[in-house]
Amino acid sequence: MTKLTSRRGLLFGAAAVSAGAVLTGCTSNETDDGGDKASANDQPVADDKPGKQVTIGYAGPQADHGWLNAINDNAQKRAEKYSDVTMEVTEGSNDTAQQIGQIETLINKKVDVLVVLPADGKALTQVGLKAMRAGIPVVNLDRIFNSPQAYRCWIGGDNYGMGLNAAHYIGEKLKDTPDAKVIELAGLDNLELTKQRTQGFDDGLKNYPNIQKVARQAAEFTVESGQAKMAQLLQAQSDFDALWNHDDDQGVGALRAIEQAGRDDFLMVGGAGALSAFQAIKADSGVLKATVLYPPTMAASAIDLARALGQGKGVSGLAEFEIPSTVTCYSAVVDKENVDQYMSTGFK
Amino acid sequence: MTQHVSPPRDGTGKAAPVDGPPAWRVQLGRADVRTLTLLGVLAALVLIGGITQPDAFLDTRNLQLVLTQASVIGVVTVGMTFVIVSGGIDLSVGAIVALASVWATTVATQEYGFVGILFTAIVVGVGCGLVNGVLIAFGQMVPFIATLAMLASARGLALQITDGRTQVVTVPSVLDLGERDAYVLGIPPLVLVFAAVTVIGWLVLNRTTFGRRTVAVGGNAEAARLAGIDVRRQRLYLYLLSGLCCGIAAFLLIVLAGSGQNTNGNLYELDAIAAAIIGGTLLTGGRGHILGSVLGVLIFTTITNIFALNNLQSDVQQIAKGAIIVAAVLVQRRTASTH
Repeated sequence: MTKLTSRRGLLFGAAAVSAGAVLTGCTSNETDDGGDKASANDQPVADDKPGKQVTIGYAGPQADHGWLNAINDNAQKRAEKYSDVTMEVTEGSNDTAQQIGQIETLINKKVDVLVVLPADGKALTQVGLKAMRAGIPVVNLDRIFNSPQAYRCWIGGDNYGMGLNAAHYIGEKLKDTPDAKVIELAGLDNLELTKQRTQGFDDGLKNYPNIQKVARQAAEFTVESGQAKMAQLLQAQSDFDALWNHDDDQGVGALRAIEQAGRDDFLMVGGAGALSAFQAIKADSGVLKATVLYPPTMAASAIDLARALGQGKGVSGLAEFEIPSTVTCYSAVVDKENVDQYMSTGFK
Repeated sequence: MTQHVSPPRDGTGKAAPVDGPPAWRVQLGRADVRTLTLLGVLAALVLIGGITQPDAFLDTRNLQLVLTQASVIGVVTVGMTFVIVSGGIDLSVGAIVALASVWATTVATQEYGFVGILFTAIVVGVGCGLVNGVLIAFGQMVPFIATLAMLASARGLALQITDGRTQVVTVPSVLDLGERDAYVLGIPPLVLVFAAVTVIGWLVLNRTTFGRRTVAVGGNAEAARLAGIDVRRQRLYLYLLSGLCCGIAAFLLIVLAGSGQNTNGNLYELDAIAAAIIGGTLLTGGRGHILGSVLGVLIFTTITNIFALNNLQSDVQQIAKGAIIVAAVLVQRRTASTH
């Protein structure tokens, strides 16, 4: 069910790269007599057919948030889909020391490939290096290690792109509104990703000189903080045209505050892709008109990549023999027009 | 400041009229000076808010907002004050609020509607308080350790129940309590509950045997035991009371946020302790002021409100909160130094 969207990140990149490959292939074939058969089309690529048995070690996050829970869910469901994949799953953890211990155990068990969403990318770099030195390729999921030597492949979301796309969506909606005002309900301010989301948003808004960001408050990615901070923002800003909220989970609280204040004079764009947000966008009964994705399906894609690594295969649609070293998922804007397509990826 | 005489007191600041002190000094007992100081801080904040954002701050809606946001943590703080007065501490309040709120918002309880949710929140709160109380009173455990254990396990259980998911409430009668239609004479129902808990808490601490026993246990547990107070039972009741307040607060939070989440009540324990301390309650026990605690909560909430209205970021808010705690305690030392 998640196949279409989980490969989306890959396919977008693949489309561009393979278009180039086809072009060069055509021009070279005109003069080539076909003696060299090492063309991309002959390389084994990962597909759904059972292949070599692969044991994947998975060290995921503690699921104390809707999105993180969806990450673990996506990984496990995808692994169950393949008859040739065995998954060794450690208990989800937010604790650096605990996760290092878990990954060392997986290294000692000699799993074929590791998929790690680190509690803290910087702090876990050493154990990533250790796994790579032990000959176990690491698929680094989302929070990135400090050194490229610590992973074979990184797949994650585009925080800057979330902000950028949110700004573009709002910009297009408000481009005919003179002196438009927007406000921002950010996530946890001590996270790097929050700064990236805000930076992308600010950069995106620069394309629309008629729009001014008049306020920004940081919440804590929780419903409670979302409600409290949004209630204050609404009191502070009696008149604005659009709101960007970094996270759909805290958005549940923010929407509650908006409802309690009886406000409906602006449009709201969420972030991440929660099921409740998709449903609200589809119903189109409130201020929430769109959400920018930070797809938890990247965890399913990480399992796909780990399996391909374990079986020594490439990726369908790409000319290269190997899987790419980095894959950045696209932060698509989901609004009423395309929400049905994404509904099945929404997390609770 | 010199103290001419020390009139007998019973912890409420009520001074017996004896020869010596001028009339205004009798009126302004130690506790009253403290309360006035806090009121002064609050008034100064209101002034700052009114000057910086006259339209947004001095607005009925904003007053309603500040009081509503103070309600949840306020109810927790009243319970916490009792525990601290008895010389104890309850580190598990935030976790109990989280557990009570997620348990009360599971699909099962939503089928029973308003009563099911309210009942579950209170039962879970009291249940956790009972475990704390039994461990401390009869298991001879240090309150810090027992409630720390409860903090960890209640948060863990809350996470297990929700699986990290946000449990959205779909019961209209619960949600309606947080809407403007439900306001009584312009006062949100949450604020009315907060006010009722404050008044009852004040009466119980200052006007009942239970309150006097609480102060006695906190002042000197051994002396209290010799005076015939069942110290262990008293301690059990106090943690039950704190758990009950957490249950009520959890229900208020469900009404306010429209959902239950395992991250609810994050750091409430520290906010409640901070509010109680700037309110003049001694961390070592034996003296406590419900009104001071509530004023402490209102001061914190007002600061947050003023900062948000002026679009200042959360790092600045945290620094200011720390400064307020230090300043309030220092000011109290000067105005009411007897210890």
